[in-house]
Amino acid sequence: MTVITRPKALPAEIIRDASMAKQKDMLARHYDRLADAPQTGEKVAATFVPGNLNELIMCFDMVNNLPEVNAIQSGLRKQSGGYVMEAEKAGHSEDVCTYVKSDIGMMAKGNIGPNGRKFPDPDVLLLSYTGCFTFMKWFELLREQYKCETIMLHTPYLGDGKITPDMIQYMVKQLKQDVIPTLERVSGVRFDIDRLRENLRLSAKAEEDHVWVLQSAKNKPSPIDAYFGGIYYVGPIFGAFRGTQDAVDYYGFLRREVEARIREGKGPVTPDGDMKQEKYRLVVEGPPNYTHFRQFWKMFYDEGAVVVASSYTKVGGTYDFGFRHDPDKPLESLAEYCLNVYTNRNLPMRVDMLVDYINEYQADGLLINSIKSCNSFSAGQLLIMREVEKRTGKPAAFIETDLVDPRYFSAANVKNRLESYFQMVEQKRAGAHAA
Amino acid sequence: MLDQTRPATAPIVERCEALFSDLNFEAARAWKAAAPGRKVIGFMPYYVPREVIHAAGCMPLGVLGGGDQLEVIHGDAYYQSYICRIPRSTIELGVSGRLDFVDGMLFPSICDVIRNLSGMWKLMFPNVGARYVDLPQNFDDEIGGKFYRSEINEMRHWLSEITGRPASDDALRASIALFNENRRLVREVYAYRARKPWNAPSAEVYLLMRAGMVIPVEDHNRMLSDYLVAADSQERPLKDNSRIVLSGAFCEQPPLNLVKSIELAGCYIVDDDFMLVNRWEKSDVAVEGDPVANLAHAYLHNSNSTSAKFEPNPKIKGQFLVEAVRDTGAEGVIFAMPSFCDPALLDRPMLQNALKAANIPHIAFKYAENSGQMQPVREQAGTFADSIKLWSAS
Repeated sequence: MTVITRPKALPAEIIRDASMAKQKDMLARHYDRLADAPQTGEKVAATFVPGNLNELIMCFDMVNNLPEVNAIQSGLRKQSGGYVMEAEKAGHSEDVCTYVKSDIGMMAKGNIGPNGRKFPDPDVLLLSYTGCFTFMKWFELLREQYKCETIMLHTPYLGDGKITPDMIQYMVKQLKQDVIPTLERVSGVRFDIDRLRENLRLSAKAEEDHVWVLQSAKNKPSPIDAYFGGIYYVGPIFGAFRGTQDAVDYYGFLRREVEARIREGKGPVTPDGDMKQEKYRLVVEGPPNYTHFRQFWKMFYDEGAVVVASSYTKVGGTYDFGFRHDPDKPLESLAEYCLNVYTNRNLPMRVDMLVDYINEYQADGLLINSIKSCNSFSAGQLLIMREVEKRTGKPAAFIETDLVDPRYFSAANVKNRLESYFQMVEQKRAGAHAA
Repeated sequence: MLDQTRPATAPIVERCEALFSDLNFEAARAWKAAAPGRKVIGFMPYYVPREVIHAAGCMPLGVLGGGDQLEVIHGDAYYQSYICRIPRSTIELGVSGRLDFVDGMLFPSICDVIRNLSGMWKLMFPNVGARYVDLPQNFDDEIGGKFYRSEINEMRHWLSEITGRPASDDALRASIALFNENRRLVREVYAYRARKPWNAPSAEVYLLMRAGMVIPVEDHNRMLSDYLVAADSQERPLKDNSRIVLSGAFCEQPPLNLVKSIELAGCYIVDDDFMLVNRWEKSDVAVEGDPVANLAHAYLHNSNSTSAKFEPNPKIKGQFLVEAVRDTGAEGVIFAMPSFCDPALLDRPMLQNALKAANIPHIAFKYAENSGQMQPVREQAGTFADSIKLWSAS
């Protein structure tokens, strides 16, 4: 048999901001810290991004491990497809969340992290049950594997669009009577509320700069992409760094970087360098696809489309309406943080947010990336699209992909949809100019 | 020779079937029209405290989707292909005016889809009250219990805004007593079927339970009593079927043909979770004392397990199913989960593990409320029944 081989083309070098390089270094340290935990004796708390109580976890000298982020890392490294199928082989339905299946498949394949080293088994599963029902099943499944303690922290849903004193009280009681005593027991470290206050103070500082960066997209041209780029920007604050000096330094650094871009009149940095011309300003609803992240992003910047605001960057906390962690009300503040995350908001609140974003960021329209895996985001998005179109008069479009299952990313379909959408925006503009 | 005798239960079952097929909810409309000021409050599966609705002078109406008889035209325009079927047929019921007599809708916290539907209802039907019922996942009286008591009180307040008058504690106690009677009769029907499944076929029991969702509880209580008498008045032929528990965490309801097909394939269904709401509390809710506290206590400490509820104790995860098998003398479990149902499908491997550990045979398939092709179900269930007969230790 003759095998024809061609020389492999070297992948194009990815252009990164200095802040991206800084974050990469922070993440590398974090993954090494996790991998070293069995040797250092550090205790590990697995928890979720929405409702991530990093400030509290750190009070017990514990390090957090976020299974969604691990699934994202697997997606970016093109490993999640195999993991998902591994979980399906083990009996998990093809219908359910692929984050869960990627995580379970990864465990079955040795639980190797992005640094090539094994993740430690968690000492506790902190089930921050915020904005997603799947979280509960996910940690029940992990509990069977790891046989460790599981703490349920139930965040009530904002069904009526408001936070009530009963909700805060319910959460504070859970924190006081369940979460904190269990973390004390597992870690062997006594809870010190002043330590929590200090962590929250650092959180609030980082949150200030984080919000400034996201809102910098109101500039024209926008110096950032608030969806694809935004995913980098939320990394530290959604992950293991909220409440640390590292996060304060990172967001200060990022802010200065973005300030410089504004001064220089630059658009966002993309993997292929600075974006040349801003032709379309979009608001995006829903998570991205991670298995083809760069290809997906390229479909936007090749057309001059920049995302000026996104709902996904609020899934680990909504800060742009003024909420900041408050050291003077530490437990109440943690409760309020959990209650505020995007997917814990009812549909009318989500519609209001997207409408406000379109108006405030002077966007040309709304694009929904509907994710097969995520009912929390996806159920109701077609109504969201209609409502936002109706209220803003701006065109909306709908594409479908998945988080980390490569079988649900059809590049040709997505590209075709996007191109049609950009034409629609053009037509709308032409109509507006003619009128 | 085929059994041609008309079953004594036939008149009751025919009425139930008519109620089941009536997607215009004429019985509930008639109840509402019979006296001025009456209100109807719809609720989605699995559970809401129906006593609170009843005590407010309203009729609780179970809205369990459109089944396989409803042509969904508008509903599909609101949902992607990978979302389960019940929300789209429920939207269809709403958009097509079939729920235009309903004064309020309750959406319990059972999954992301029903949760988000609560917000959709607010946007699509702004003149109808829509309320999300947040059920606690913390089962401590002073934490989850306190939260749920306040949730129930908020629901009472919401209802009083619809009816224009607050419901008294005495009214709530009387409603609890009435629903206790309903649950007692439901348990009796289930126990009877487990004893004599040939006399109470599952399709009949299913229709009987469905009827309870769309008629006043007082009527349903009479219907259940009458059914028990009728079913036991006549011995029907005993078949050499296997005894199985059907587990589906049924929010979206199976087509009636699916229930019939399983039985026709050689399986007596001796327990199921089709209509969780009428079996939610495992025994009577206390009537004396604070009725709100009693309802909350029953929810926390005396309610059934299902995929929408957190199980704090890993050692008993799935044990409710093992116990159901033992209590009913079942020989196996059939899992029939709705397609795209995250809670049920994610729960299933854990339940299967519990069954495996207890050496209980099981099979699994999926369905949608409008599934039409039953041949695969019959084949799977038939093979399962045969394998139980051939290979089980007993």
